[in-house]
Amino acid sequence: MKSDIKLFENGKRLDGRKPEDLRPIKIEAGVLHRAEGSCYLEWGGNKVLAAVYGPREAVPRHTQNPLRAIVNARYNMAAFSVDDRKRPGPDRRSREISKVISEALENVILVEKYPRAAIDVNIEVLDAEAGTRCAGLTAAAVALVDAGIPMKDIPVSCAAGKIDGKVVVDLGKEEDNFGEADLPIAIAPRSGEILLLQMDGHLTQDEFNTALNLAIGGCKTVSEIQKKAILEKYQKAEVK
Amino acid sequence: MPLTAEIKKDYIVKLAKDGKRADNRKLDEYRDIQIEVNVVSKAEGSAKVKIGKTQVIAGIKMDVGEPYPDTPDTGVMSTAAELIPMASPDFESGPPREDAIELARVVDRGIRESEIIEVEKLCIEPGEKVWIVFIDIHILDYDGNLFDAASLAALAALMTANVPAERFELGKDYPLPLKEPPISCTSAKFNGVIVTDPSLDEEEIAEARLTVATDDKGDVRAMQKGLNGSFTVDEVKKVIKASVDNGKKIREQLYKSVGK
Amino acid sequence: MNKETREIVIPSQLLGDIKSKKAGRGTFVEKGKIYAEVLGVLNANSDYINVVPLKGRYDPTEGDFVIGIVMEAMSSSWLVDINAAYPALLHVNEVPWDVDFNETDKYLNMGDTVMVKVLQVDQEKKLQVTMKDRNLYKVKGGNIIDVEPSKVPRIIGKKASMISLVKKYTRCRIFVGQNGRIWIDGDEQGVNKVINTINKIEEESLSYGLTNKIENMLKEDSKDVQ
Repeated sequence: MKSDIKLFENGKRLDGRKPEDLRPIKIEAGVLHRAEGSCYLEWGGNKVLAAVYGPREAVPRHTQNPLRAIVNARYNMAAFSVDDRKRPGPDRRSREISKVISEALENVILVEKYPRAAIDVNIEVLDAEAGTRCAGLTAAAVALVDAGIPMKDIPVSCAAGKIDGKVVVDLGKEEDNFGEADLPIAIAPRSGEILLLQMDGHLTQDEFNTALNLAIGGCKTVSEIQKKAILEKYQKAEVK
Repeated sequence: MPLTAEIKKDYIVKLAKDGKRADNRKLDEYRDIQIEVNVVSKAEGSAKVKIGKTQVIAGIKMDVGEPYPDTPDTGVMSTAAELIPMASPDFESGPPREDAIELARVVDRGIRESEIIEVEKLCIEPGEKVWIVFIDIHILDYDGNLFDAASLAALAALMTANVPAERFELGKDYPLPLKEPPISCTSAKFNGVIVTDPSLDEEEIAEARLTVATDDKGDVRAMQKGLNGSFTVDEVKKVIKASVDNGKKIREQLYKSVGK
Repeated sequence: MNKETREIVIPSQLLGDIKSKKAGRGTFVEKGKIYAEVLGVLNANSDYINVVPLKGRYDPTEGDFVIGIVMEAMSSSWLVDINAAYPALLHVNEVPWDVDFNETDKYLNMGDTVMVKVLQVDQEKKLQVTMKDRNLYKVKGGNIIDVEPSKVPRIIGKKASMISLVKKYTRCRIFVGQNGRIWIDGDEQGVNKVINTINKIEEESLSYGLTNKIENMLKEDSKDVQ
């Protein structure tokens, strides 16, 4: 989509950020009572809640895998989370996002420890402002740790893109709507391996490399925030 | 899957016969209520309500659409509730179950029949265009008494909602026109004892449930009985009294939270 | 390191090297390095590096005494919920009664509470429990509360020191299941006190000197009652 708005001028973006700046992020672990693990996350204008149940016996029985647990991530946007009310219920976009998030999480969870079980992850977007799948996956990862699920890494997600010919990290609303490329990724920060990768738009090979590096850098920054949030929740009870 | 042990149910019944409850509340006492408004920026109005550990979020979205043929110059309202899987290990994803539908309809009636939204003021072009008010309720954490939490969240969201006229080029934004809200209070009955604001464990053993919405004058505006047990006439009156008394306190807290 | 607190570690955190230490529970090894695999408390005092999980469902170990809730009575066995990732099977041969085929519901029904022992955990994590042991039976009366299974050792205390304190000052019968279920029986005031005390222990489980703190709290409380 083209528009007359200048997304990038004088080294600054519409909201005053530099190309490598992330929007403000706030993460809180363990916010729900019934769910075994949970996380509330704010990222720019995004507000996301993630909850984990499990491991528990997978139902129906025919979905059980005798060798490992299955990971079911369900991403959903609340009706009131967007400008034009969204009809309740999963649409094709939500189902695709649910699938790529499930696959990313499955990579790092030690699923062989729980044959025949399911680990259910619920991601609810309460307020949306570009980059909801990145916010959702990042929150889901914290919720999994909060639930005591054994993992070999804590996945984290961030996007990069191109606006007015300039490659930038963490697209905001207008940048997502009127920009030229969008590249959301997720990594396992310890190994640096890529667990989720999607792209649409137009990038030269050089631009892609720049964008990928920016996104990985963004992921590493957010990873520190995730870890801090978890430790804060569990260490703070002891500082008396 | 999580079953409640029989001995736990027996324990609750034993306490109740002495007028006591497992969390030390009085029979007609509510848990701590917290109301927070303007929690979702995209919504025209929004609120998050906690009653004890139950957490509910409500969002108001508005759109322009056609009126119902039999009411050509009044606005339209519609309420939906989602028992999302995160709220309880027993909730599954999929089309709304009867509980969700009943919840939405009871909350809807409480608002509609008490005429809290002044729908006559929501007409844009008679017979052609009116404002549609969507009330969407998301249950986030289920620890008993969804009816009251959902109704309260819906009310708080409505009371802080603005009609998004600017987005539709119909003038400036203005507050959603409302009248005094009725407050919904739910009680449950088990083994001849009536408790108000049932906790999750109390709901597990409840034989019958009664929700009563009352207004600022103490008049009754909506009622809904649920479950397959019964109430005596005296018990119904007892529930109405508990609703009026608690309704008053909750109304005060609601007004404070929305800045009245 | 601050002596007042125990160290909390998170998944993927580097804990040591297999050259100098052995990898214990709650850890995994990659390229000669030992990492935490779960959110928990670091225990690196011996030759082993262990991480004791802070959260999560009960991980059944053969020999554990647990409190179960019967989910279903089947023709020659019952399905019991023991707060693990899977339900456990209680076979008619593992109860002290002579149960005929299809008569299981005469002895145990959905919602009944039982004290059982974990008999077997197999490769596929299929669980079996037994009631054939001293002190195992169907529970009557009292109340049950649930705590994080990871807090059970703290609630019991070294050589049962903590739980004995609680029993003494509240005059209640208490049974702490390894699976995080606790059965309490006594007068109403006593039961409330037990629940409040256990909540406190849960909150401050990681601090040192907790046993003394709890003892003082219980003593103070008794004085008020006089």
